[in-house]
Amino acid sequence: MAENGFDFDHKIDMAWCPGCGNFAIRRALLAALAELGLARENLVMVSGIGQAAKMPQYINASFFNGLHGRALPAATAIKACHPGLTVIAEGGDGDMYGEGGNHFLHATRRNPDIALFVHDNMVYGLTKGQASPTSREGMVTPVQVSGVFEKPVNPLALAVSLDVPFVARAFSSDVEETKEIMKKAILHKGFALVDIFQPCFSFNKVNTHKWFKDNTYYLGNDYDPADRARAFKKALEEEPFPLGIVYLNENRPPFEENLALYSRDKRPLYEREPSLDIIRKILESKIAAP
Amino acid sequence: MAIFKGELAIVLAGEAGQGIQTIETLLTGLLKSGGYHVFATKEYMSRVRGGLNSTTIRIASRRVAAFREKIDFLIPLHKDAITHLKDRITEDTVVIGEKEKIAYNPMIDVPFTKMAAEMGNAVYANILAVGFIAGLFKIDKEQCLRFIAGHFVKKDEEIREKNIRAAKKGFEIGEGLSEETTIIIEKNAAVAGEIMLTGAEAVALGALAGGCNYLCAYPMSPSTAVLTQMAAYSKQTDIIVEQVEDETGVVNMAIGAWYAGARAMVTTSGGGFALMTEGISLAGMIESPLVVHLAQRPGPATGLPTRTEQGDLNLVLYAGHGAFPRIILAPKSIEDAFFLSQKAFNLADKYQVPVFILTDQYLMDTYYNMPLWDMDRLKAEKHFIETNEDYRRFQFTETGVSPRGIPGSGKGIVCVDSDEHDEGGYITEDSDTRIKMVEKRLRKFDAMKNDIMPPAFTGAGNYETLIVGWGSTFHAISEALEKMGRNDTAHLHFSWLYPLSEKTGAFLEKAKKIIVVEENATGQFGQLLKLEAGYRADSLLKYNGLPFSVEELAEKISALCKSGKST
Repeated sequence: MAENGFDFDHKIDMAWCPGCGNFAIRRALLAALAELGLARENLVMVSGIGQAAKMPQYINASFFNGLHGRALPAATAIKACHPGLTVIAEGGDGDMYGEGGNHFLHATRRNPDIALFVHDNMVYGLTKGQASPTSREGMVTPVQVSGVFEKPVNPLALAVSLDVPFVARAFSSDVEETKEIMKKAILHKGFALVDIFQPCFSFNKVNTHKWFKDNTYYLGNDYDPADRARAFKKALEEEPFPLGIVYLNENRPPFEENLALYSRDKRPLYEREPSLDIIRKILESKIAAP
Repeated sequence: MAIFKGELAIVLAGEAGQGIQTIETLLTGLLKSGGYHVFATKEYMSRVRGGLNSTTIRIASRRVAAFREKIDFLIPLHKDAITHLKDRITEDTVVIGEKEKIAYNPMIDVPFTKMAAEMGNAVYANILAVGFIAGLFKIDKEQCLRFIAGHFVKKDEEIREKNIRAAKKGFEIGEGLSEETTIIIEKNAAVAGEIMLTGAEAVALGALAGGCNYLCAYPMSPSTAVLTQMAAYSKQTDIIVEQVEDETGVVNMAIGAWYAGARAMVTTSGGGFALMTEGISLAGMIESPLVVHLAQRPGPATGLPTRTEQGDLNLVLYAGHGAFPRIILAPKSIEDAFFLSQKAFNLADKYQVPVFILTDQYLMDTYYNMPLWDMDRLKAEKHFIETNEDYRRFQFTETGVSPRGIPGSGKGIVCVDSDEHDEGGYITEDSDTRIKMVEKRLRKFDAMKNDIMPPAFTGAGNYETLIVGWGSTFHAISEALEKMGRNDTAHLHFSWLYPLSEKTGAFLEKAKKIIVVEENATGQFGQLLKLEAGYRADSLLKYNGLPFSVEELAEKISALCKSGKST
């Protein structure tokens, strides 16, 4: 038996390169899930496409591994239809901020009660080394042959500006710290973004393990994440980038709580039956004069 | 003196924002409550204000459910209405309106606006017009005024009173005019107790009866009415209605909703659906049920946003990369729109495939009276199981359909992946598994055979010419054939388009000549018949954005019948 209930008893064939930061992120996630004591059958991992998006395949729980960029619409609906489930969406920077950029933007507005873990290695891995939405300016790739000139997306600043109620950054190599942030993100009621810095040994020769070490620092205990203006300022800081919970809003009701149908009846949708009597009454109202 | 016997058509035309909609709603409700069979359809420009729109209302002593071009009474609210409708105005058309404004000759001058202004406010002109028509039809005056009062029941008393006064005034003028025109249309009291709803309402209510509890959409004409109807009923029926950021989000949300145990539908039109095709392919791969309502309008691209066409059959037939089963339904009437929308959910759940409901702008916006149908036998059939610990979502089965579990509803886990996968849902590139999975998915085509609804056949058993139609053209074809009265011609109509019924060939085989009537430029259903049933047919096509009318079909079918055999 595997020690961790979310791990497998048998050996699994993982598609990641040796030394990939994804392995450390997986260790942090497995530990977080076990420590939270979640029931395996109540967890759903949702992802799109990419190396990071393969994570659900390697966690022993239900998963919905859909299309590139589309994890968030699916995850939002899964949580909305079955609020008793714990829903985690996971993927890379290209998946979530590029192909799924519009869904990310609008998920922040809906505020579903899901945790979003974005593996941010500032490069495309599965398609072999092209620039991603978070690639730093100047990075030369087989496609961006003169170097990236586009401004990188700052997911934290974007999220704070949109009042995402839990905004954090982690670093894959720090498994213990990453695990703690993940646990808080999963427990947070509402949309919780954790952007996870991660080196890509195969395709990102600029933002290496050392570069991340040299260009990040952890927020101290004296930092108050509830102050949004300060959080925004903090989110804008680059090189060094702050790590930890940058912004926290405990007062934003999640999407599911805004749905009228759960106010009277907590049952998930699959347990419900349509009322033909109500439909008949509506049809009968089509007899009467307007 | 003009005499109208059995039926007549009133057309209201004016700019968007002039209140045609109010007149239409009141008038059809009033006429129905008076015991007349009514039918209404509209055509409108893609404008919020201005432009030129018209509504055709048929009033008859028998059921009417198809569009006719002929105008008996025209009520133009704007002078351009005459030019707009010139092809439909004949010398018999009685034009009624404000002569000063419309400047048409001959016309019956009723200065609605001036009279309304004299009564206090020009806004009462529309109600005056409603009263006028009610008077013309000699509908019971007290009933008419009660009806108007009912419409304004939520307004304050002064407004209500003024509207009633306007209706009364209009009624008296209409009544006076009824000396000049004779209308002989029998009334039937039972009609007053019938229901009247649009195709859009029928799709929405049918979906609800099918257990739809998650509707997501991005607004797009002409499908938006289904979204707004569902939203209007969402609180009563405890369903989730979500307006999504874009159509890719829409379809992926709907698939996520099914995965979590909901019964989800998306409503869109061709352009929006084009963005959803990746999701159709995903539904094919992860064997997710999905219901797609697509209200067709003419393309390509933005096309004619508020017009009608049957041009997206090939789009839904081939949408999504890769091969996987699907079901395509196209309601032939408003009742059919209710029942097929209900059925779509059971089919999607039973076979775990995308099910398409193809309607069009014409069906969305059309309504007529019909008896309230029996719903006792309807049931939202749920086809999922409670999982056990060793549950595998894509377990190989004889039918190809694997028992579907819902995450969190049992001890098992439910794993789905857009990559090719094994029975457990885990990614694989194993050739044998790939072959078995492809075959498993395609086996569902055989499994669904018994559920395929055969086409509806009407007409002489000994036919030489077979008129084939699909979707919303049903009533227009039926009435045209009735009008033609040929005993060598029959009508075969498809509501279930794909997979094509195996009974199709037997119907086609008997015909010397087959004419497929479609509102598109390339004869898409005719191509499907050729491909699937092996029969060539002549096409009768229309693609100007307007629906086929009864007169047009009768004329064109007659001409084709004279032109010899199919080759």
